[in-house]
Amino acid sequence: MTLLGVRDLVTAYGSVEALHGVSFHVDEGEIVALLGANGAGKTTALRTISGLLRPRSGEVRFAGDRIDTRPAHEIVRLGLTQVPEGRWIFTLMTVDENLRLGAYAEPRVPREALDRVFALFPRLAERRGQLAGTLSGGEQQMLAMARALMTRPRLLLLDEPSMGLAPVLVRQIFHTIAEINREGTTVLLVEQNANTALRLARRAYVLENGRIVLEGPGAELARNEAVRRAYLGVGARPRGREGARERPPAP
Amino acid sequence: MQIALQQLVNGLTVGAFYALIALGYTMVYGIIRLINFAHGDIYAVGAFLGLSVYGLLAFFRVGDPVLATLVALVVSMGCTGLLGVLLYRVAYRPLLRARLSILISAIGGSLTLEYGLFLVYSPSFLVYPHLFGRAGLTAGDIQISWLQILIFASSIVLMAALYLMVHRTKIGMAMRALAINQDAARLMGVDVSRVIALTFFLGSVLAAFAGVLTGLYYSQISFLMGFLIGLKAFTAAVLGGIGNIPGAVLGGFLLGILESLAAGYFSSRWKDVVAFAILIVILVVRPRGLLGERVVERM
Ligand SMILES: Nc1ncnc2c1ncn2[C@@H]1O[C@H](COP(=O)(O)OP(=O)(O)O)[C@@H](O)[C@H]1O
Ligand SMILES: [Mg+2]
Repeated sequence: MTLLGVRDLVTAYGSVEALHGVSFHVDEGEIVALLGANGAGKTTALRTISGLLRPRSGEVRFAGDRIDTRPAHEIVRLGLTQVPEGRWIFTLMTVDENLRLGAYAEPRVPREALDRVFALFPRLAERRGQLAGTLSGGEQQMLAMARALMTRPRLLLLDEPSMGLAPVLVRQIFHTIAEINREGTTVLLVEQNANTALRLARRAYVLENGRIVLEGPGAELARNEAVRRAYLGVGARPRGREGARERPPAP
Repeated sequence: MQIALQQLVNGLTVGAFYALIALGYTMVYGIIRLINFAHGDIYAVGAFLGLSVYGLLAFFRVGDPVLATLVALVVSMGCTGLLGVLLYRVAYRPLLRARLSILISAIGGSLTLEYGLFLVYSPSFLVYPHLFGRAGLTAGDIQISWLQILIFASSIVLMAALYLMVHRTKIGMAMRALAINQDAARLMGVDVSRVIALTFFLGSVLAAFAGVLTGLYYSQISFLMGFLIGLKAFTAAVLGGIGNIPGAVLGGFLLGILESLAAGYFSSRWKDVVAFAILIVILVVRPRGLLGERVVERM
């Protein structure tokens, strides 16, 4: 069943269009990766889906319902939560307060959501009373994900969760993403770290200059010559990916 | 020494007014980085609404001063709070992304309220009911009126209540969160516009409280009464560190005390000059205010 459906999405900053008609979908239970170079429009796409940005045209459907005209705080309540690029934790509040904000929409903090989060991230349990701004980079990423899980999402949007982390932490974060997915949460994963993302994702899309230029099963894209050259750091000409377009460029 | 102690008592009273009003400036600045120039006039509206309630109660022969004051406070605070929300909705919310236009809108709001009072009430001074007299405590030559004690004590209670609300309740947590990062608060399901409206409500409620009490304390009010005290309360907020709640309280009391001491030792005509000269020195030494600026994160 399609959980998230994005069709012909156009989003602009003032007069500058950043997405020129993007379409893709995520089925219930999947991990789908959205890849692309810096500035391709990945963050713009996620922020439009979560309601922080309004699309100029096109539509976003979540569990069948149009959500592209809804405000962000209502979209969260429907079960779609974004973990933003740069984490955006509430630095001068405690770890505990950050987590309780995740449960803001509920009358009381749900016990089982808290237990689940501390089982996934035992480090956070040890640091509940600490100011979030004093956590290490890896711990802050964990907190951003934990806080999002407190909203009990059906679909989690992750924007570059591995950004700026040491390799051992990157492995740990990806391991946790797989675990979250196994427990039943659908994941849309934005990454520049294409290697790891493609190993995790069932399907993937490649975004380039505001357009989807490639799509397919994760393992297949990982073998695709053009993707390997462009995003996996293999081959001599890193930006030569002309032959890889499976979707024709929009007129 | 006598003068100093007596002026300290007066300073704490005036300082309570500055602090109550400064809180409104600082909370709004803290969460949306806006200097709400109309806030002083919100305070004036609070004083006028209180006067109307006293008038109505006198008409219905409610003689008890304590009961009358309670009713005047509650009605004025409630209505003025709603007016603050209306101001946000009409004058500020449509312009939240326009840094400069929103300041012009604030000045427009200020003039609208001032001349609204001018038209609805009176262009001249109006006299507040004389309910509490000068009775009070006397220690040597120092006098403290019951009204001064009431003003000081009730202000402290309100400020403590505000502090607890911001730090111990869920809605207070949302206020602090959106002061740090509005979009992040949205992603947690916080209806940001509603929380901002609540902030305007609370600031206006405190200003109305100060308005009614200043009416009782100085016995007269005018449609321009919010202008100067608004500037001073804004100064107090900057002095404490704008965006910082304990800072606004500290700045308010400090300004009130400095001013009263200056009035006692020099003359009341010089009090603003002396007080502001000292403030400038403090701000030169600590440009971000006594407790640090922009840190509603530390509300
Ligand atoms: N706030 C903004 N204002 C104007 N342009 C922006 C803004 N954010 C992003 N852009 C532009 O939109 C395009 C897509 O950016 P973004 O979605 O952040 O890409 P990605 O996340 O893939 O690196 C880029 O050209 C970028 O310069
Ligand atoms: Mg990005």
